[in-house]
Amino acid sequence: MMAMQHVPGVDRGRVILYALSTCGWCARTKELLTDLGVGFSYVYVDLLTGEERDRVVREVERWNPRLSFPTVVVDDAKVVVGFREQEIREAVGA
Amino acid sequence: MPEPADVDRFMRDLDLEAEAGGYHLNPDPEFTRGLVRGLLANRERYGYISCPCRLASGNREDDVDIICPCDYRDPDLADYGACYCALYVTADVQAGARIPDPVPERRPPPAERERQKAGYAAVPESLKFPVWRCRVCGYLCARNEPPEICPICRVPRDRFERFM
Repeated sequence: MMAMQHVPGVDRGRVILYALSTCGWCARTKELLTDLGVGFSYVYVDLLTGEERDRVVREVERWNPRLSFPTVVVDDAKVVVGFREQEIREAVGA
Repeated sequence: MPEPADVDRFMRDLDLEAEAGGYHLNPDPEFTRGLVRGLLANRERYGYISCPCRLASGNREDDVDIICPCDYRDPDLADYGACYCALYVTADVQAGARIPDPVPERRPPPAERERQKAGYAAVPESLKFPVWRCRVCGYLCARNEPPEICPICRVPRDRFERFM
């Protein structure tokens, strides 16, 4: 997907961060994943428009029906909602 | 993107307003500046300062509950010591005596918000005037229409709901 940015790092599975560009907790989550050296992709949902935004919103809602941010999804299986440092560390095995 | 000078000015204004009303901004200046920058970015994008940590629709009517200060600030301060984005914190958190708990999202999910909009409280026949409630601060008043601006917390009329 065009909107996804990739941050290179150690392969801990498919790690996706759904974030908002204006949110302090999303920024902390991105920093944490970066500091952990984990490879991950992120997308700022508030910067998307039109069909692309609708598609990503539906994707987030599938994992987190409250549609809140940050939402971290690992290997289409593990979901962490909010900046919960310990849970994020465990989800990426770091 | 908002200019740094505008961010600093708005942050000072918010701080003065908060303290005058018995509220407190997050004591971490860098974190708070980031949130204030987000508020101003949202004002540029949407025309109102919706919560930087929530996805706005861009339609004021749909977003009115998440315009800062949001409808959920006061209950979140009471339960967790901070509001959802943590722009506002309680006095003990501001003083460094307490670390706020992570704040789960209290705003109902999209489908539930739709259902709530459809529902309307029945008004008892015996009331001489309808009673309006400010969803931000809880101020109540009995008059035909809510005030233009809440006299307590200064939010506009569209933040009021019919209470009785």
